Amino acid sequence: MLKFLLRRTLIMIPQLFILSVLIFLLAKSMPGDALTGQIGPQIDAERLIELREKAGLNDPWHEQYARWIGNVIQGDFGKSAIYQQKVTNLIGDRLGNTLLLSASILLVSYLIAIPLGIIAGRWTDSWVDKLIVWYNYLAFATPLFVFALIILFIFGFTLQWFPIGGSVDIQADKGTMDYVLSKTEHLVLPTMAGSLLATFGTIQYLRNEIIDTKIKDFVKTARSKGVPERKVYSQHIFRNSLLPIAAFLGYEITGLIGGSIFLESIFSYPGLGQLFLSSISSRDFSVVNILVLISGSAAIVGTMLSDLILSWVDPRIRVD
Amino acid sequence: MGNPVLKIRNLSVSFKIKDYHYPAVDDVTLTINEDEVLAIVGESGCGKSALALSIMGLHPKGRTKIDGEINYQDQNILRLNDASLNKVRGNEIAMIFQDPLTALNPLVRIGKQIEESMKYHTNFSASQRKKRALELLGKVGIPYVKRVYAQYPHELSGGMRQRVVIAIALACNPKVLIADEPTTALDVTIQAQILDLMKTLQEDTMAGIILITHDLGVVAEMADRVAVMYAGQIVEIADVDTILKKPLHPYTRSLLNSIPSKMSNKSRLHVIEGVVPTIQNLKRNGCRFAPRIKWIGGSEHQENPLLEEVEPDHWVRCSCYRNFYFPKGKTGEKHDVLT
Repeated sequence: MLKFLLRRTLIMIPQLFILSVLIFLLAKSMPGDALTGQIGPQIDAERLIELREKAGLNDPWHEQYARWIGNVIQGDFGKSAIYQQKVTNLIGDRLGNTLLLSASILLVSYLIAIPLGIIAGRWTDSWVDKLIVWYNYLAFATPLFVFALIILFIFGFTLQWFPIGGSVDIQADKGTMDYVLSKTEHLVLPTMAGSLLATFGTIQYLRNEIIDTKIKDFVKTARSKGVPERKVYSQHIFRNSLLPIAAFLGYEITGLIGGSIFLESIFSYPGLGQLFLSSISSRDFSVVNILVLISGSAAIVGTMLSDLILSWVDPRIRVD
Repeated sequence: MGNPVLKIRNLSVSFKIKDYHYPAVDDVTLTINEDEVLAIVGESGCGKSALALSIMGLHPKGRTKIDGEINYQDQNILRLNDASLNKVRGNEIAMIFQDPLTALNPLVRIGKQIEESMKYHTNFSASQRKKRALELLGKVGIPYVKRVYAQYPHELSGGMRQRVVIAIALACNPKVLIADEPTTALDVTIQAQILDLMKTLQEDTMAGIILITHDLGVVAEMADRVAVMYAGQIVEIADVDTILKKPLHPYTRSLLNSIPSKMSNKSRLHVIEGVVPTIQNLKRNGCRFAPRIKWIGGSEHQENPLLEEVEPDHWVRCSCYRNFYFPKGKTGEKHDVLT
């Protein structure tokens, strides 16, 4: 196991290197830079050229890359040209918000999807199953940005049950109970919008897996041993059906970091997704590069995590 | 041969296909005795596995209709509710499945799979269960029982896994053991070992074994009595010597005739013409084997053939056997056991 971990970690180094080069080149190849947005009557064109030279934007790309990656490795993510703030500070605030929102979406969607998937799989073709499948396809077909707007309109705007934007009440002080409650309150609508639609994959996979598994021979063996039906499901069918869900867990955890651009924009929720969108439109590459690097690294870590989880639950692919 | 342990009376098993129920097992009556091996022989699709699964109550409800009686210790197990049925299966009646590669749960350790039935049928403590599981593993001829106990199915070979499947079936000392083609998925040397093992184990447990197979070699080696099934019905039933040496029903004779022999100089094997009718196309009246022996005239078959006891303990269905012969020019005629 240790050897496996070590090997996977070592493989991550070249993966991350290639990823960082790609990100850097892609960002470079986009037209314009952070100074393009500043062109205007107030600023002298000569001054801009001077600034470019000073910022090293005219150096060959590999020199710029080396400078950038050297800083990143040392933990210096650079300064945002737009916000005039350290990227670390910009991300730090929002990373927590995004993780909180994504984790609550993931949790709630599992809480909904796993029981529904199990019910639909166990009682296939019953009216409950048909209802669940119907909901599932509806969830799959509904675009998130439409659904989020509907939720926002009904519960935030019309009924005014929950706040319609932000991540916390600005008057609440950190560390108080009010602060926690306010945070939770602000989470409700985006979580609802995200999780009700995110159930699709889990329900569909789980239902299909259960339908496949319940006719397997080892289930017959279990029944022939006189195992009560309830236990046949809990001990034999569900465990085997949860394998693909477990395999996806790693990727889902990766998704936690990426955040949701739609949700954060619609609910004006200050997270990484929102920051990403605004940084791209203002060509704030020092921020964009770091954000892409973070989610790219998260994807690589997530793949490894998936392998680990799967090898933990499935002895057949366990590594020694 | 001991007392009867399981009595099957007029058992019919029908599967629902597009709103109709088609019997896959039709009016089967059988008795299994203590310490006996009853072989059920027939081609694929003749209903032998359907018969076995109905004894274990393993057919999916809703799509299957089961009529008749399966009596175990004066209770008809077809009438039992789920809880009472679960007390019988795995405990009094156990089953060995065909394919050891798929019959074990891939995520559960061997030991736990053997102990599972004891959990529901005995009041053994965890350590007693473990002791019994290790003992069973030893009994079925597995070396390094402690290691195998903690292993997962994929770490064992096919033959080993079939031994584990047998150990599972034997866990609670069943009185009736149903073995559904227990050696089909194994290679020949392992087959012989597994069959020997079942014989030896039967000596300890005195269980009645129902051995389902299409391998007449296995029958010759293992069986005390043989029931031959064709298209859902039993067409002939007798003790093993009678079936192998003096078979009467045309189907039994054709089956035996199909076995290639080292002694013969036939260039072609005997082939039973035609195919087994599918469950939907099966003609339900008259002799069901008649379409495959066209040279036997229609008048020689009975209109509504029933099993008849032609000599003590030798039952045959349909009178056509009296006039049956292999026509000249048909390969295998010299080897018809009767001529």
